Amino acid sequence: MSILTFRNVSLRYPQRAGNRPGGDVPVLEGIDLQIASDELVAVIGRSGAGKTSLLNLAAGFIAPTTGTIAVDGVPIQGPGADRAVVFQDDALYPWLNARDNVAFPLKLKGVPVAARRERADKLLEKVGLAEAGDRPIWELSGGMRQRVGIARALAAEPRFLLLDEPLGALDALTRSRMQEFILRIKAESGAGTILITHSIDEALLLGTRIIVLSPNPGRLSAEIEAGFSAEVLSGASVAAVKASPLFKRMHAGLTGLIHAAPDDEVAA
Amino acid sequence: MTLSTEIATLPQQAGRERSRPARPLPVAAISTLTVAAILGLWSLASAYTLVSPVFLPSPRQVVLALYNLAVKGFVDATLAEHVGASLIRIFGALLASIAIGIPAGIAIGTSRVGRGILDPVVEFLRPLPPLAYLPLVIIWVGIGEASKITVIALSMLPSIILSTSAGVRSVSKDHVNAARSLGASKGQVLAEVVLPSAVPSILTGIRIALGAGWTTLVAAELVAASSGIGFMIQSAAQFLVTDIVIAGIVVIALIAILLEYLARQIERRLVPWASHR
Repeated sequence: MSILTFRNVSLRYPQRAGNRPGGDVPVLEGIDLQIASDELVAVIGRSGAGKTSLLNLAAGFIAPTTGTIAVDGVPIQGPGADRAVVFQDDALYPWLNARDNVAFPLKLKGVPVAARRERADKLLEKVGLAEAGDRPIWELSGGMRQRVGIARALAAEPRFLLLDEPLGALDALTRSRMQEFILRIKAESGAGTILITHSIDEALLLGTRIIVLSPNPGRLSAEIEAGFSAEVLSGASVAAVKASPLFKRMHAGLTGLIHAAPDDEVAA
Repeated sequence: MTLSTEIATLPQQAGRERSRPARPLPVAAISTLTVAAILGLWSLASAYTLVSPVFLPSPRQVVLALYNLAVKGFVDATLAEHVGASLIRIFGALLASIAIGIPAGIAIGTSRVGRGILDPVVEFLRPLPPLAYLPLVIIWVGIGEASKITVIALSMLPSIILSTSAGVRSVSKDHVNAARSLGASKGQVLAEVVLPSAVPSILTGIRIALGAGWTTLVAAELVAASSGIGFMIQSAAQFLVTDIVIAGIVVIALIAILLEYLARQIERRLVPWASHR
């Protein structure tokens, strides 16, 4: 069991030259957060609330202005394979076929060719793309590409999966199929997961916990436990779960929370 | 107002549409006709001796000259030997400029210090016509093969360096971040992500460099050489053997077209993904 901890984290971007004077632009303020291996924490909030910044901090792509981010008590020093990221625009390597994309983290570790090929094929099978290993990634559909991206992240055997709106660019039908897929993958891998999303439906359905960020500067404005993912995992149909009165009530509640945030000019 | 003009122009457009031929002439056909017309005018001009044959031999004479060049040769070497000498120079120079240009381009593209050091050198070299520094290179390196290869390589360098640095800088930020979050070290990011994504740009640079190098090669051989296609033309010109001069020019053009074609094929083979980014 690993724990990813944000302790009193804030993030400010320095004011660019030419802008009005007045100091730095605050993006996130006073973030305290713990994510354990058995959790899927869905982060929602309006555009500009700092959702992606939160994920970039967890990934180590950017350093917090104040506060610390730690894995099992050890402060992170930049990005690392213990926190694998899945990007909205998949960020697969077009010069590699699907299998070599999945094998990429193994190549970085120096795993021999045959072994990483075998492991990559297993992972592709796991994400339902057993036949796609030799295909160039530009031939794959958006949903397939995201599954390759998730398989690639899993190949790094991360302790945490950081999903940055992985389903944001997909059509509605693919998206709902991918939501169940992510639930199962997360349950099997046992990696603590942060899911950034725009969709309240998606957050409620997938998250064991839902965090609402309010903008200007981004703060945690609400934290809600949800159990719908467990229902789906134990066999309930997504449609039935979404139709339940509790789901609808929580959906309405979250919608209210997101829109109740002060309606200042949204910072990019 | 717009409505009235639209109504006024509509019937006209329909009329024009009807009078247009069903299928427009393809560009390739137009080009073929152009080449045929030029050859035709050339034949007519020489058939009616509008221009003295010393200055403008007939196409037939040029073809004969080509045949003789291939079989018997001119100034101690056959056409194949002249072309071979030229090709060795250009590919030798290409190898040298790739070996220097790609690391230099990476340095410019990835490091502030590298850019600071190399930018002025490249910017100085780039606008210089290679023949301007040929005399200096001959003084330094001598009149042998080395001087020609040096000059050609220098003329190729800027486009390889600049295309490499542009390619390195255009790498997707997500691609780099993905690698870092999957455990890549700085060196691995460079080798596994930055370089592969720069390959299309580098290949384009090499294609441009080949064009520049070929131009420089012929010019350098005109000035100082004892073999090569440029030297062959220069010697022929001194004896007013115009048919060989023209035959040589045709060969130079054909090789340039062939090199360009080969480079494009290699690009398509090596980076089929470049058009899918």
